[in-house]
Amino acid sequence: MRPRISAGIWIILALIVLFAVAALLAPWVSPHDPLRQSLLLRLRPPGSATASAGVFPLGTDDLGRDLLSRILYGARASFAVAILSVSVSLVVGTLLGLVAGWFRGWTATLIMRFVDAMLSVPAILLAVLTVAVLGPSFVTLILVLGFTRWPRYTRVAYASTLQVAALPFIAAAEMSGAGSGRILLRHVLPNIAGPLLVVATSEFGLMILFEAGLSFLGLGIQPPAPSWGSIMSAGRQYVERAWWLTVFPGLGLFTLVVCVNVLGDWLRDRLDPRSAGR
Amino acid sequence: MLLAPAPFVPALFAPALAVHDLNLLIDGAAVVDGVDFAVASGEVMALVGESGCGKSLTAHAIMRLLPDAVRQGRGRIELDGENLSALSERQMRRVRGRRISMIFQEPQAALDPLSTVGAQVAEATGLPRSQAREAVLRMLAEVGISDPARRIDQYPFELSGGMCQRVMIASALIARPAVLIADEPTTALDVTIQAQILDLLRRLAVERGTAIVLITHDMGVVADIADRVAVMYAGRIAETGDTAAIFAAPRHPYTALLLAALPRLTDVPRSRLAVIEGRVPAPAEFPPGCRFAGRCPLADDHCRAEVPPLRDVGSGHLSACWHSEAVR
Repeated sequence: MRPRISAGIWIILALIVLFAVAALLAPWVSPHDPLRQSLLLRLRPPGSATASAGVFPLGTDDLGRDLLSRILYGARASFAVAILSVSVSLVVGTLLGLVAGWFRGWTATLIMRFVDAMLSVPAILLAVLTVAVLGPSFVTLILVLGFTRWPRYTRVAYASTLQVAALPFIAAAEMSGAGSGRILLRHVLPNIAGPLLVVATSEFGLMILFEAGLSFLGLGIQPPAPSWGSIMSAGRQYVERAWWLTVFPGLGLFTLVVCVNVLGDWLRDRLDPRSAGR
Repeated sequence: MLLAPAPFVPALFAPALAVHDLNLLIDGAAVVDGVDFAVASGEVMALVGESGCGKSLTAHAIMRLLPDAVRQGRGRIELDGENLSALSERQMRRVRGRRISMIFQEPQAALDPLSTVGAQVAEATGLPRSQAREAVLRMLAEVGISDPARRIDQYPFELSGGMCQRVMIASALIARPAVLIADEPTTALDVTIQAQILDLLRRLAVERGTAIVLITHDMGVVADIADRVAVMYAGRIAETGDTAAIFAAPRHPYTALLLAALPRLTDVPRSRLAVIEGRVPAPAEFPPGCRFAGRCPLADDHCRAEVPPLRDVGSGHLSACWHSEAVR
């Protein structure tokens, strides 16, 4: 018997899907070109309309660009960065965790001490330093986030692999002649996927925040390409005259991250036997 | 008069699997000491003994998958005359599941919960998936699974324990191994299913010419399907020979007491169960002589001082007891 999915979770899921679809379809649903500037239309408040250019539902920014269009395109950046950096760190972290949990001994010591070291370096500081050295770009952003965030996956994969490796069906697979690689990918990995998915979900929310944070600092997505962080960063100077420039992207960021985190908590409750108290 | 411990090799057949003088050590204590036996194709050989007597470790040693704490000392394991100790780990991996297979006590736990029956049985074939499916269906039918076309895509949780053990047997035998090691294959199953599984093993051993090493602590199971039996006590073989001969006239006090301890329907109701007094000594406390001496009604100073070798007590029936003639 599977527990019912509550109405709250349906709403959360619907909101996430809404954001994702909006991001995916940004070129088609945006009312304006997000890069098109017009000095005559600077800092128009939400809802203003002009005869020549049409309606600006969320107003315009300091360069006269449509805020709604920029937020929609900004969502693309958020999703792209989050999906790609989570994928990189998930793959790297899981593989290292599987190897450490399976071979144990000095292999595990080496990998897990490195994980401890990585986790004791503030990720955002490491990211800032790396971007400063490599120069900001989309690819740099993915690599920086991907290669600083893998240790959490490694810890979870390591602990889960140790547990699963002790189960009889793994011994049975060994007895039937399966090699380490086959056992890890065919038998261990599917059985530890649950906890990894939970980590990946919570990391997904975090990556959206990191992207916004780095872009806010000018180290992420580079202007004029829109990103929630850089929109807010530019809007910061006008916060008294044009509140919408910081409020709307901030609201989008807040809503999306809360939704993802709630989804992550719910997944953890569903998938983790230790928190089975529903 | 004394014979060197030698495996009993059935006449006319070269053994499919032969274990010579196997010694396994934990912290220097010989938990398996000088174990010798051989099994021929189509034959069921039972390795009997209580928990911790070394029977499962012997099986793991044959597979060369011993737990980290256990080290192999002396000993030689031959499969169709080939010395397995000489193989590299890579070559040994091709032996496992293809030439020697193993099935376990808890069939449901021995199957991957997230993998279908078909996928797990197909693993040992090494065939591409489309070809494997045909072979798997045939194998499932052969182990008595009804409606294999439906079962093949099911997951272990959808099957009963007996059904899971049939799946395990299918996956163990699909590559036509020379030897099947069955480690307590029916212990977790209820008695009617137990009988069915034993019949199945017996039939497949004969039909496919598989040599079966059956590990069990249940004398009833031994009587049911084993051609020959080796009774182990504290890491040594106490007695070995044809099942019928041993059940009719055990020549080692441990076997005799073990058989006497079987409850019978003719026992007076509420009478006390027969037990063997004392307990198996821990490996660190193994005595210098016969390891059963501490619990044996026939033990004397000779037994406590000197290890009794396996001696022939008549037509391939071997007993490791100084007083084998006195046992009744």
